[in-house]
Amino acid sequence: MSEALKLLGEHVANAQDAAVTGWSIANGELTVEIHRDRIESVLTWLRDDPACRFTTLIDICGVDYPQRAERFEVVYHLLSMHQNHRIRVKLSTDEETPVPTVIPVYPVADWFEREAFDMYGIVFADHPDLRRLLTDYGFEGHPLRKDFPLTGYVEVRWDEEQKRVVYEPVELVQEYRDFDFMSPWEGAKYIIPGDEKAQDGQKGG
Amino acid sequence: MADDMIETGKSERNFTINFGPQHPAAHGVLRLVLELDGEVVERVDPHIGLLHRGTEKLLEHKTYLQGIGYFDRLDYVAPMNQEHAFCMAAEKLAGITVPKRGEYVRVLYCEIGRVLNHLLNVTTQAMDVGALTPPLWGFEEREKLMVFYERASGSRMHAHYFRPGGVHQDLPMKLVEDIRAWCDQFPAKLDDIDSLLTENRIFKQRNVDIGVVTKEDVLAWGFSGVMVRGSGLAWDLRRSQPYSVYDELKFDIPVGKNGDCYDRYLCRMEEMRESVKIMIQCCDWLMKDENAGEVLATDSKFSPPRRAEMKRSMEALIQHFKLYTEGVRVEEGEVYVAVEAPKGEFGVYLVSDGSNKPYRLKIRAPGFAHLAAMDYMSKGHMLADVSAIIGSLDVVFGEIDR
Repeated sequence: MSEALKLLGEHVANAQDAAVTGWSIANGELTVEIHRDRIESVLTWLRDDPACRFTTLIDICGVDYPQRAERFEVVYHLLSMHQNHRIRVKLSTDEETPVPTVIPVYPVADWFEREAFDMYGIVFADHPDLRRLLTDYGFEGHPLRKDFPLTGYVEVRWDEEQKRVVYEPVELVQEYRDFDFMSPWEGAKYIIPGDEKAQDGQKGG
Repeated sequence: MADDMIETGKSERNFTINFGPQHPAAHGVLRLVLELDGEVVERVDPHIGLLHRGTEKLLEHKTYLQGIGYFDRLDYVAPMNQEHAFCMAAEKLAGITVPKRGEYVRVLYCEIGRVLNHLLNVTTQAMDVGALTPPLWGFEEREKLMVFYERASGSRMHAHYFRPGGVHQDLPMKLVEDIRAWCDQFPAKLDDIDSLLTENRIFKQRNVDIGVVTKEDVLAWGFSGVMVRGSGLAWDLRRSQPYSVYDELKFDIPVGKNGDCYDRYLCRMEEMRESVKIMIQCCDWLMKDENAGEVLATDSKFSPPRRAEMKRSMEALIQHFKLYTEGVRVEEGEVYVAVEAPKGEFGVYLVSDGSNKPYRLKIRAPGFAHLAAMDYMSKGHMLADVSAIIGSLDVVFGEIDR
């Protein structure tokens, strides 16, 4: 299995060497990283090349890494029913830079790209209808970004006096409990509350 | 339904109507904005997300064990099939092997899930086109199956039964016997539904040649499951990329010919019969004495220590405490794992940063891709066919809206 994946990876990297920036096999899965601007041509080639024939687009999703210069990764999962193998294609982008749409290659990409736009704010160039998909009408923000709080910013309730649903800022009765599970006895990289006294004591004594 | 008219020309008028979100044929909270020319559908714009709960965001804040419960609530018609995908993803990253008995229990319950799903879909599709009796008959069998869910997990629907490394507890022998007995009587019930629908004139008029999908379009629109097989492509992940113990079991993959709503109905009926065959094989395997043993991997960090052991061993007590507070840290990496859920390929793309929670978890729901093709499938059909097409797409909003 991994031998076949290796051959496939080499095949893709050789044929698309202008676009591919790196490829790897991990956990029995092939991942190819490519330049953002080449996505449409790479996917067209992957779909039509007789050794690949990735005719089904399984999924498009974003991943957020706020610490990176280009914070978003866009991950494409492809499946070939003919050759019975899978591939993962990755590229990176930031909040402003658009990614070319792949709707001309796979029409199903329409909703997947709308979802990625909705959840992360990744912009897809030439998408015919880049609206929000899953969130509320008039929603603000991109909920799956790491800097978006789990509770969100607004909550809704039915207002009996106004006879309509009203939007209000979120009020938490109790703070969300997000425990720090970095176990102290396994080498935390920061001073654990309470430990500073022990260190002061050492200095003094 | 509220309708308003849009003037598009002097003589012709296009209607725009809202279908749903509170329409019985919308199978949940689907809102379709339909543009009609007379009774012919010109454009469909599905508005989804009315059931969006932010499952993927929540999962980033829960440990792996806490996360399992969210998968029951995706496709709530066949809960355990989703759990299976998530557990397999965690197992793949953490490198856990599931004991054989655990795999058989899982497959048994996944197939129960498949029957649960197809029973609901076939019978409600019949209801969408005007038949009332099939749901009444089908739901009786569904209720019996849910009792099996309850007897294994304590809950009719939201089971939280699968764990990374196997299943939570072994099945009592009486339960396996009862499932085996159920398998014997179920085909007769299926024949009853069959006799109501398959040759029914009205049912055929409403479904044959409606919503035809060609083989090329199946691929372009990212279809999976019955939507693929109904169009004549023999593709089933249980057979083509076997996971769990499916390669040890004997079953056939029913394939349709015309790719219309009627063929998809026939595929589902046939798949239920195949599922029963698988269930019988699993029950027989589980009942053999030589196959007794663990159902949860003993060498994995995900498995809690035994209660008796915790009474005497400090390490076991610590492990138990750490497991249910901190959870297990899973190796850094990323995996994509897919299972053949009743609706199609249900995939989990899991990115771990080495902490006790998933860094990113993308749920690939089969119904999402199917509903995305709604515009393409309904164009040129009559308004009444829209409900037949939705019925055969087999949409459940728990998984589409996530």
